[in-house]
Amino acid sequence: MSPRPKPVDAVIIGYGWTGAIMAKTLTDAGLSVVALERGPMRDTSPDFSYPQVADELRHGIRGEYWQPLARETVTIRHRLDQEAVPYRQYGSFVLGNGVGGAGTHWNGQQWRASPEDLRFRSHVLERYGAQAIGPDMTIQDYPVTFEELEPHFDHFEKVAGVSGRAGNLRGTLMPGGNPFEGPRSDAFPNPPVADIESSIRFARAARELGYNAFPMPAANASRAYTNPYGVRMGPCNLCGFCERFGCFLYSKASPQTTILPILKHRTNLEVRPNAQVTRILLDSDGKRAVGAAYVDEKGDLIEQRADLVILSAFQMHNVRLLLLSGIGEPYDPATGKGVVGKNYAYQMVSSVSAYFDKDVHLNPFIGAGAGGQQVIDDFNSDHFDHTGLGFIGGSLIFAGATGARPIEQMNLPPDAPRWGAGWKAAAAAHYGHSMSVATMGAVMSYRDAYLDLDPTYRDALGQPLLRMTFNWHENEYRLAAHANAKARSIVEAMKPKSIGVNLIKPGENYDVRRYQSTHTTGGAIMGADPATSVINRYSQSWDVPNLFVMGASAFPQNLGYNPTGLLAGLAYFSAAEIRDRYLKAPGPLVDA
Amino acid sequence: MVSGCAPSAAPQLDDREPQFFTRAEWRFVNAWVDRLIPPDATGPGAIEAGVPGFIDLQLAGPYGAGAYWYMSGPFHPDAPATLGYQHPHTPRALYRQAIAGLDADVRRRHGKAFAALSPDARDAYLKLVEADGVGLEGVSASAFFDLAWRNTREGYFSDPIHGGNRGMAAWRMVGFPGARADFTDWMDKPGAPYPLGPVSIGGRKFG
Repeated sequence: MSPRPKPVDAVIIGYGWTGAIMAKTLTDAGLSVVALERGPMRDTSPDFSYPQVADELRHGIRGEYWQPLARETVTIRHRLDQEAVPYRQYGSFVLGNGVGGAGTHWNGQQWRASPEDLRFRSHVLERYGAQAIGPDMTIQDYPVTFEELEPHFDHFEKVAGVSGRAGNLRGTLMPGGNPFEGPRSDAFPNPPVADIESSIRFARAARELGYNAFPMPAANASRAYTNPYGVRMGPCNLCGFCERFGCFLYSKASPQTTILPILKHRTNLEVRPNAQVTRILLDSDGKRAVGAAYVDEKGDLIEQRADLVILSAFQMHNVRLLLLSGIGEPYDPATGKGVVGKNYAYQMVSSVSAYFDKDVHLNPFIGAGAGGQQVIDDFNSDHFDHTGLGFIGGSLIFAGATGARPIEQMNLPPDAPRWGAGWKAAAAAHYGHSMSVATMGAVMSYRDAYLDLDPTYRDALGQPLLRMTFNWHENEYRLAAHANAKARSIVEAMKPKSIGVNLIKPGENYDVRRYQSTHTTGGAIMGADPATSVINRYSQSWDVPNLFVMGASAFPQNLGYNPTGLLAGLAYFSAAEIRDRYLKAPGPLVDA
Repeated sequence: MVSGCAPSAAPQLDDREPQFFTRAEWRFVNAWVDRLIPPDATGPGAIEAGVPGFIDLQLAGPYGAGAYWYMSGPFHPDAPATLGYQHPHTPRALYRQAIAGLDADVRRRHGKAFAALSPDARDAYLKLVEADGVGLEGVSASAFFDLAWRNTREGYFSDPIHGGNRGMAAWRMVGFPGARADFTDWMDKPGAPYPLGPVSIGGRKFG
């Protein structure tokens, strides 16, 4: 028999960035809130303490902060006619776990979407016509505009203490910033983190070619800073342990360093770690959520009743929980009907490495996940004319180092021996003198790229794993080749001794063995029409109006940007509407 | 080399007592990683760096038991390689079965154990295994090659707290400052050679 804790006003499933944002808003409004987090409690102290945190094997390779795949993973196949097999070891992407979620071990590359990204289908049709959209592409507009989200982007940047240089301040282009960004109502709250050597070389070469290099917007505070909630952050020292690590300096924005400190003592909030939600509970007609069922650390199945349910787990887990709970019509790739699981997308990355002589000291171990890096946005979104290029969308092109961790990030020339004395000589010769220029490109959504429940494989609790059906399409190969050629021209202008190119070639399949990006998107997309989307513009479920779904699962297709800025903006946009309208009159916020 | 002794084909062993490996496996693993990263003037070889002891500790612990991998069946080892590792073997099982199979295969080919082969003969055999040129019963030799090479780099470059990278010599060779993790004093001189050596989690310091 399931013990039943006291019902509350709202239950939050997943306590990462968006869970923390919603917990703040809902407890501010006086609601009683329970936050359920599948992983353990984690905080700067003791979990991210120096020196224990500065351990590449434990965090960067074994993934102490990641979801243990032994208990639950996903299955992956390239095509509809294949049998999917489990993602048994970490490679292509890493899944967060514990309080803070993926917001604990992210890099802090903090982007807004471009205005045209949010009305992407309409924009492409207007500028390039219907033939620019492939017959199998299922791209859609967001049901919300850049102007509507801008105040929320701005607020999140202030909460996260983002360091950067404004490029478009209320319509005025600012020197040294990103000229392609949408108009911002305010500058970044902190100036850029000091540039590192590889970025300086990249920016100089990019400017020689006429491109607009600017500092990567970084959720790494460049100075002592107090955010709008009164939480204090410390200056980043470029320690090199952002990505895959927790920050021991209170410099990298995470829920722990920006929002959770003010929630800790709220009597109307209870955080329950080690609580893995297995179902969103519905009433008998399936139109109303009544809470969430979860398995606690003792293995007991508990039902937490609530009037409002916030689903704020990682993108893939949101989709899986909707499917397991029977909420919304599952997407069927044969008919194109159904919505849950539809439009799974990813990003395609490439790089061009530069190998310098021994007298060029790049000090690649000095760096942060975002701070100190330089980037160009010239070939992203629709910032350039795509006429005749044969693809839509674009890529960020950037340089920097995220720590040069020697197990994972040893960057050797392509002709270096794979092992043996030659490998060792190459490692000794190139470690301190090589760098990469990376491209990170959008992936469109397609009829045959989607998520559903696996028919065979199960998690440790006996529930079906999520199944991913995904492969590259022509648009991505072309997009990546285009960005890679630009990156190569920049690297050549840096005049290195030699160059190495890493680019996925046309026809090559998605390879899950190599880390590429954790920017997985879609599957519970937002839209203006319940026939083609899972949630409305306020992230509210069309089918179950007292359920709101946060995160990158809402993206109708992917971007050439990191997702956190956009998903945080969407969460604050939703939170404001819940506070101002929904709580006064619970019900659909948009008429279906 | 001690004067007066004939040069021996087999490398010196990591001086620790293995917890997971049998003596025969221990000789094999030492001789194997000795060729993946051989000793020379550039920097430490894998044995000097303590890689065999690192791998032994890893295999004796949860990693070796497969605690970090999803290990539920069914298994489809013939799935496309791009879909990742699909063998039914935990790291322990992969090492144990592959080493037994490979050592037997070497005895058939050369009449002696792998560890008794000359360095050149061991290099040639590693290349054969890497290229999937050795078929073993019930276990993939190339999957073993890949895992052993991955674990060797882990043991070579991880913090000494895990039992490898002795004396932080591999970090010193490439110039990685380990767990130093504070570059405030170098933020205003990005292209100048960084002067300090590595720091370990255990508190050892160079420079």
